[in-house]
Amino acid sequence: MHERHFAFLDESSKKEIRRAVLKAVAIPGYQVPFASRELPIARGWGTGGLQITLSLVGKDDIIKVIDQGSDESVNAVSLRNLIQETTDVASTIHTTEATLIQTRHRVPEQPLKEGQILILQVPLPEPLRNVEPSEYKTKKLHAEADYSGAWLKLFEDIMCYGQAATGADHPVFVNDRYVMAPTPIPRFDNPKLDHNPALMLFGAGREKKIYAVPPYTKVVSLAFDDYPFQRERFVGKKCRLTGLENVYLDELIDEATGEVYYQTNDSSYLLEFLNRDEGAGTV
Amino acid sequence: MGYVAVQGGAEAIRESILLARYENCLDGTSISLTEIKANLKKMVDSVMSESSLYSPDLAALALKQAQGDPFEAIFLLRAHRSTLPRLYFTTVTDTAEMRVERRISASFKDILGGQILGASPDYQHRLLNWDLINETEADVIAFRDQYYAAILNAMEKTAEASFEEEGRFPKVVDSLRAQNLIPQPVLCDEEPRDITMEPLVFPSARSLRLQILTRGMTGAVTALGYAKIRGYGFNNHPTIGELRVGYLPLYVTSELSGVCEEYYIGEIEVTEVEAFMEEDRQEADEKNQLGIGLGYGLCFGANEIKAIAMSVLEHSMENPTPGDPTSDEEFVLLHVDTVEATGFVSHLKLPHYVTFQSKLDRIRDVQRGNNHHA
Repeated sequence: MHERHFAFLDESSKKEIRRAVLKAVAIPGYQVPFASRELPIARGWGTGGLQITLSLVGKDDIIKVIDQGSDESVNAVSLRNLIQETTDVASTIHTTEATLIQTRHRVPEQPLKEGQILILQVPLPEPLRNVEPSEYKTKKLHAEADYSGAWLKLFEDIMCYGQAATGADHPVFVNDRYVMAPTPIPRFDNPKLDHNPALMLFGAGREKKIYAVPPYTKVVSLAFDDYPFQRERFVGKKCRLTGLENVYLDELIDEATGEVYYQTNDSSYLLEFLNRDEGAGTV
Repeated sequence: MGYVAVQGGAEAIRESILLARYENCLDGTSISLTEIKANLKKMVDSVMSESSLYSPDLAALALKQAQGDPFEAIFLLRAHRSTLPRLYFTTVTDTAEMRVERRISASFKDILGGQILGASPDYQHRLLNWDLINETEADVIAFRDQYYAAILNAMEKTAEASFEEEGRFPKVVDSLRAQNLIPQPVLCDEEPRDITMEPLVFPSARSLRLQILTRGMTGAVTALGYAKIRGYGFNNHPTIGELRVGYLPLYVTSELSGVCEEYYIGEIEVTEVEAFMEEDRQEADEKNQLGIGLGYGLCFGANEIKAIAMSVLEHSMENPTPGDPTSDEEFVLLHVDTVEATGFVSHLKLPHYVTFQSKLDRIRDVQRGNNHHA
């Protein structure tokens, strides 16, 4: 067997990525270009987030990796295995115990606290890409804070459909300066970005960008005064296992009866809640 | 709930990996790296080129592990590349120093030094060779020895003869430069940028464009190069001034001995193309003048189609035509990388139920009748 370097990447690569992270923290919401490295994980499968994690992780860290809200989703398992195989750091499913949380498409239900770092995997970092295909031009638009395209897109949605038509990845305004793609987290999670005590880092491996929302930064979802921002609504629906209502729900079909039912999407939150009910949990 | 049950993913993954290994072992045979390098050389070449890592041994290993899937093999090598610190850069290599195995020109019937066909499938009919079904190692060795003896005989040399001194040829493009048909190149002493060490920002530089093209996916570079000469931007197809396949010596500098010295570190096989492109030039008196421009292609190993297509795209981006997608550097450079294209397309297999739920929520809301303020 060949020995693998701690956290896979060579040290000069990690240093470069940390420099990009520092710049991103200094300019909230600004996309910092970096020379993304290839990893043993495919592009588009979380290589941006993973490069940040591998550059930041130290021997005392406790990591948590989630994908679509689940610690056991195929790719979460694969990423966690890679981090642990190359670092030997401890892992947890409990949000409160983790120092580094790498996630795809969800912000955990358990509120984050100071000192924690949430690392989001980003497929498409450019919030203006659907109005302007050229990278050169979108960079200029950001520099000039020209976000008329993003507003116009929302306005057109309202004209066509009576409301904004965004699913996940509803754009946000960071620190009153940059429009930012919150990654395809559901709109349900957008408000969690605002004034969050944790540091939130965003890594786009294929698109070679890193950006950040530092702790306690103002993050506002794009909306008009008369058409306010709306989260996904699970009106009258609740988790079949826990009865929880104020969480993001998965829509599932009962194999026996064919009926639609709902279940808490954040799997560790779900487990912790169930354990707490039984008096065995630590929440 | 399929493959994202609340728990159990880790176990399912372990079993999937074991099954993949089992299926690869079903036939009870194993191919050696030597066999891969010897019998699948072109594949090894294109894998080295697209992974931008020149190592036939590692490429053969990657191909074996990937069960012959070039995308997987390139992915493995690119990941391996990320673990290697960069200690040295090679010094400038003059391709006129190439030890040529094959060189042809489509522009001239006769070129200084002669056309050398070398080994190529270009002159064969693509008929299945049924003899290969039962070919044995003995057959291969017999043909090899017999052929080699015949060559030595024809050259009146003995088995100990060395061919080392052979293979240096003048470049076709130099004769056109001497006639002022092609302008002398402007010498550029700007340090080349390294696409793997710094981000690509637009507008990019020529050194970055050449690097992305040379490591680009053979199929993608070929398809876009084809689009360019077929109808998107160019209606006057290029003429290959010279195509060469051969070996280039490489050197690095080091101050290990106290003074800065050059060290020879080996040679690499490359394919090089210089293509002639008809160009409009504005003269000082504002009259239009026809001239010949140059498109340049170079890639690891023997991969002629990619090198030709690269020369077309390189020239296309250097001399952009408005509205032509193949001269839009963002369109070309951001989409020809093997690892990026295959990675993003394959990520569609990942679960997307959170985002899809969000989309469903919107669609249902809209279908319910724009009940926005409810």
